[in-house]
Amino acid sequence: MPEKKYMSDYETIAAISTALSESGIGIIRVSGDDAVRIVNRIFVNPSGKRILNKAATHTIHYGFIIDADSAKADIESDYEAGFEDTIDRNIIKKIAVDECLVSVMLAPRSFTGENVVEINCHGGVFVVKKVLSEVLKCGARLAEPGEFSKRAFLNGRMDLAEAEAVMNVISSKSDSALKASVSQLSGSVSEKIKKLREEILYNIAFIESALDDPEHISLDGYNDKLSSSVDSWIKESERLIESNDSGRFLREGIATVLLGKPNAGKSSVMNLLLGEDRAIVTDIAGTTRDTLEEYIKLGEIGLNLVDTAGIRETDNKVEQIGVDRAKKSADKADLIIYVIDITEDFSQDDIREYEDMFNSFSGKKGIILLNKIDDLKKNSLENIKEYGLIKAGKLIEGINTGSYPMIEFSAVTGEGFEELKNIISEMFFKGICNGSDEVVITNIRHRQCLEECRDSLLKVKESIENDLPEDFYSIDLMSAYSSLGKIIGEEIEDDLATEIFSKFCLGK
Amino acid sequence: MLPEKNVLKEDYDVVIIGAGHAGCEAALACARLGLETIIFTVSVDSIALMPCNPNIGGSSKGHLVREIDALGGEMGKNIDKTFIQSKMLNVSKGPAVHSLRAQADKQDYSRSMRKILEGQEHLTIKQGEVCEIIWEENNTSFTADYNNNNSKDHLENGLSYYKNPDKKIIGVRSYTGTTYNCKAVIICTGTYLNARCLCGEAITYTGPNGLQAATHLSDSLKEMGVELRRFKTGTPARMDGKTIDYSKLSEQKGDTRVIPFSFSTNPESVQKEQVSCWLTYTNEETHKIIRANLDRSPIYAGIIEGTGPRYCPSIEDKVVKFADKDRHQVFLEPEGLYTDEVYVDGMSSSLPEDVQQAMYRTVPGLENCRIVRNAYAIEYDCINAKQLYNSLQFKNVNGLFAAGQFNGSSGYEEAAAQGLIAGINAAMYVKDKEPLILDRSESYIGVLIDDLVTKDNREPYRMMTSKAEYRLLLRQDNADLRLRKYGYKVGLVSQPVYDKVCEKERLISEEVTRLKNTFVGASKEVLSYLDSVGSTPLTTGVSLASLLGRPEINYDNLSAIDKERPLLPDDVKEQVEIEIRYEGYIERQKKQVEHFKKMESRKIPVDIDYDKVLSLRIEARQRLKEFKPLSIGQASRLSGVSPADVSVLLIYLEKK
Repeated sequence: MPEKKYMSDYETIAAISTALSESGIGIIRVSGDDAVRIVNRIFVNPSGKRILNKAATHTIHYGFIIDADSAKADIESDYEAGFEDTIDRNIIKKIAVDECLVSVMLAPRSFTGENVVEINCHGGVFVVKKVLSEVLKCGARLAEPGEFSKRAFLNGRMDLAEAEAVMNVISSKSDSALKASVSQLSGSVSEKIKKLREEILYNIAFIESALDDPEHISLDGYNDKLSSSVDSWIKESERLIESNDSGRFLREGIATVLLGKPNAGKSSVMNLLLGEDRAIVTDIAGTTRDTLEEYIKLGEIGLNLVDTAGIRETDNKVEQIGVDRAKKSADKADLIIYVIDITEDFSQDDIREYEDMFNSFSGKKGIILLNKIDDLKKNSLENIKEYGLIKAGKLIEGINTGSYPMIEFSAVTGEGFEELKNIISEMFFKGICNGSDEVVITNIRHRQCLEECRDSLLKVKESIENDLPEDFYSIDLMSAYSSLGKIIGEEIEDDLATEIFSKFCLGK
Repeated sequence: MLPEKNVLKEDYDVVIIGAGHAGCEAALACARLGLETIIFTVSVDSIALMPCNPNIGGSSKGHLVREIDALGGEMGKNIDKTFIQSKMLNVSKGPAVHSLRAQADKQDYSRSMRKILEGQEHLTIKQGEVCEIIWEENNTSFTADYNNNNSKDHLENGLSYYKNPDKKIIGVRSYTGTTYNCKAVIICTGTYLNARCLCGEAITYTGPNGLQAATHLSDSLKEMGVELRRFKTGTPARMDGKTIDYSKLSEQKGDTRVIPFSFSTNPESVQKEQVSCWLTYTNEETHKIIRANLDRSPIYAGIIEGTGPRYCPSIEDKVVKFADKDRHQVFLEPEGLYTDEVYVDGMSSSLPEDVQQAMYRTVPGLENCRIVRNAYAIEYDCINAKQLYNSLQFKNVNGLFAAGQFNGSSGYEEAAAQGLIAGINAAMYVKDKEPLILDRSESYIGVLIDDLVTKDNREPYRMMTSKAEYRLLLRQDNADLRLRKYGYKVGLVSQPVYDKVCEKERLISEEVTRLKNTFVGASKEVLSYLDSVGSTPLTTGVSLASLLGRPEINYDNLSAIDKERPLLPDDVKEQVEIEIRYEGYIERQKKQVEHFKKMESRKIPVDIDYDKVLSLRIEARQRLKEFKPLSIGQASRLSGVSPADVSVLLIYLEKK
C-alpha cells in the first residue's frame, strides 16, 4: 500500500529559476501540460482580463499576479468557468501580489520541450516566494532539483554531451536538498513531526492488523476514537503550517552567534534581543553552560541566534562541554556578535584571549558590542565615552579585529540596540550576510508536504463521516504518513509491517 | 555417491521437485499445456499435504486462491470439494478486504488433489529424491529473449536486453541413480531441504510430520552458484478431540450461505452441513508455565539459527513480546471428518513435550487433553528470491525455476500461486514463448512475486492486503475479470470460460452506463422510496448511480424506483454496485496505476554496467547490481535507490 518514491514526469512543475536576492528581478518557471492553465488562473492584464490561455507561443505579457484565494481560482472548480469575468481595477490593486511580465512558450519549442510559462516579477525573497506559492496553490508541484534539465533532456531538447552534466546536477542537488531539508528543520519541529508520524503509523497498523486478523483484533467503536485523533492531527498539521509561515519552522535567517568571555553579558544581550528572560542571568561567571538557540526578527531580517557559554579555558567539565559547543556554533555561523565587557581592565592576558578569539574566526563577519556602557556611566567617571573608546582602542591596537564595526551597548538600558539593528540590516542588504536560497526553497517544499498531509487527513475525516469502511481510512492515512516522511527524510519501507508485528499480537 | 551403474535414462520436458501446493500447481500447469512432465515427491501419500493449519484462504490469502482459480489453477476447485466449514471474513469492511476462508478435511484435500494429478494427461508421479541438477555451460550465441515482454522491439532496436545466463538446465538425477533429461526444472521443496524439527531438547532430522527430509539437493544447488539460507517456522500440537471438553468453549460456526472459491464451482454444490471450530483462551497460569521454561525453548536457548516469521509467533513469543496481555485467543479446529485430531490454532511452540502438555492443560476445555502430535519448530534451506526474475526463473540458470517456501515465502496459498506461475513460465520457456508476468497493479500474485524478488525478506514472506498498493482494484470478487484473460492467453482457460467472463464484463459496463444515464426526479414514488430506506429527500433530478452512492441505498432496494432494469446475474450486480459506490477511490487508484504502468514499461537491459552510470550514489549502485531490476519501476522499489537515482538512470538509458 505504501506509495513509495513517486516519480512523476507528467505533472506540471514550478520553481524559482533565479538566485534569490533583495534586488533585481526574480523569475518563476512553470513547465508541463498545465503550465498555461495554471498561471492563467492568477494572471490578469491591466484591464483585468485573463488572457494567457489565448496567448500565442513566444509572446510576452504585462499584467499582475493576483492572490489565488481572493481570485477564487479554486483548483477544484472547472477551470474555464468563472475565468471569463473581468476583474475590476480597484480590486486588482487590492489582491495583486506583484506587477510582472509573463512569457508563454508552448511545446515543443521551449527549454523543456513542454509548455513553459515564465513569470518575471520583482526580485526580493518575499515577492518571489509569494508568487511561487500562488502557482503551487493552483496545481503545480515544486520541481525536484534538476528536474527542468531532466525534462529538457528526455524531451530531446539537450544534446547527449550534456546528459552527464544533467545527471550530476540531479544527483548532487538532490543530495544537498535532502540534507538541507533535515538539517534546517528546527529541533522542536522535527520532534513534533516524528510524534505525529508515530501516531498515524500506529493507527494504520491497528487498522491493518484488524483487517489481517479480524478474529483477533476488532475495530468495534474505533471510528469515534480515530475521528477525534484525526481532528487533533489536522489541527497539529495546521499549527505546523503556521509555524512554517512564520519562519519558526526552519533554522531560517542568518546564523548568528553571541561570543564573549564569561559574564561579558551575552545572555543579557540575548534577552534584550528576544524581549524575554530566556537565558539564566546571574552575576556568576560561567552561568550559561550550554548553548541556547532562538529565532528572532530584527525588522525585516531573521536571525537564528545562539547564546554560548563564555569562551575561556576552564577546568569545570560541564562548562568545558559548553565551551566546545560555543566554538562549534561559531564555526558554523554567518555572523558573530562579540560581546565585550567594557568595564574590564584589559590586562595583557585578557588581550591575548581576545586575540585568540578573533583569530579563530577571522573569516567570519562580526560586530563588536562594547557592553555595560551604562556601568561606566553609573560610576560617573569623567569622559565616559572617551574612556570606553580608549579602552576599546587599546584592544584594537593590540589585535587585528578586521573591519568589525563597534557599538557602545547596554543590555540593561538598550543603548546601542537601534544601531545594532541598522548595521545588521545593512550587512544583509549589501549581501554581506545572506540567508541562503536553499532555505527558502526548503521552506516551500516543507509547506507543500504539510499541506499534502493535512489534505490527506481531511480525506480520512470525510471517509469517516461518509461511513466508508475502515480499509479506506488507511489509504489516506498512509499518504499523510509519507508526506511527513518527506520532510524529515525518512522512507516508508517496512515501517508498517514492523509496527504491525511489534505492537499488535496477531493470531496464528 | 550415486549408484553409478544405473544407466536408466528417461526424457521429459519439465521436472518438478516436490509435490506440495506449489509443486501440484506447477505440474498441472505444465502437463495441461501439453508438456511431458514428471513430479517427484518423497512420499506419494503426502501429495498436497497440509502439515500446518487445516484451512485454505483467509485475509489476502483468499484473494490468492481466487486468482489462482482465474488463471486456471486447481487450489480453489479442490478446496470447494473438500471443505468442512467456510466463512467470508471482514464482511463488515470494504469489498477489497472481504476474504474467503475454508476449513479443509486435510486427508480429503490431499487425496482429491492426488486424484487430479493421477488423472492428468502428460503427468507422471514418481516417489523419490532428486539429488542432483544437471546443467551445461550455455554456448548459444543468442536466443530470443524470453524474460522481456517487448523482446521484439528490443531486437529491432538491436538491443540484447536479456543476455543469456551462463548456464542451462539439461536434466536431473535421482538418489537411485536414474537420469531424467529435461529442458526445465521447477524446485518446490517447501520445508524439506536439510530440514530439522525441534521439540524442546529433542531434535530430529526430518521434514514436516516426520517425513523424510531431502538432504542432497542443497549441495548440487550450491555448486551451481545458488545461494541458500535458513528459515524456520513452527506448528502447534494436535489434540485428541475426544479429550476436549467442548462445554466450556464458544462455538464458531461457518456461514449460512457458503460462497465457493472457484469461479467454476456451482454455488449450490457447496451448500452442505458444516462442522464448527471452537474458541478458548490462554490465561496467567499458561503464561507462568511458559515463562518458567523459556530456557528450554530452542529459540530462546539459541539452538535455532533460522529466522522465524513475526506474523506467526509461537506462544512463547507472544507471552514474551506482549507481556501486558493477560490472555491470548486459541481456536480449536478439526483436522477433518476422518479423524478426531484437533489443531490448536494460536499456540505453536517448540517447547519440550512435558512443558507443552502442562501448558496446554491450563487452557479451559483442554484440562484433560491428550496430545496426538507434539508442536514443533522446523528449520530448512531456502533461497533469497532476489536470485530470481519475476518469471520465477533463476537469473543465472536458463530453465531453472523455483516456487513456494523454497523461495522464502510461507503459506499454502502463497506456494500454490508461485507454483502456478513457475509452471506456466517453465512451459513458456520450453515452448520458446514470452513468460507470463503479472504486475502489482493487476494481482496479489504480482505483488507477492515482486516483493519476493525485489525486497530483502528477512523472514518467511506472508501475503497481507496492506502489501498491495492498489488493493481497491485487486478484490477477490473481481479476480476473474482481472485475470481470466491471462489464463486464456497461456492456454489454461478454455474458450467458453473465457467467453463467459467477457460477457460478464460487457453486462457490468452496460449496467453502470445505464445507471449513470437514468435520471429520477422528486416524484412521489421516489420520495416515498427514499423515505422508506431512511434517505434524505431529493430536490432536483439525479442519476440512479448517484443515488447508489448513498450508504443506505443498495442495488437491490433501488429496484423500487428502477422499473426498467434488465435481469442480471448476482455477480454482475455485485460488481455494478461496488464500481459505482466506491467510484471516487477506484478512479484515484486507477490514475496511480497509469503512472505505475508507465514506469514498469521502461525496461532496463540486463547487461547494463552500473559502474558506468557515474552519478549514481554508491549505495544505489550496489543495490542495482545486486537485484538487477528489469524496469525503471522495479528499480524505484529497491530500498536504497532514491528518486534522484532513478532520474539519473532514466537519463543514462535515454542517452544510450
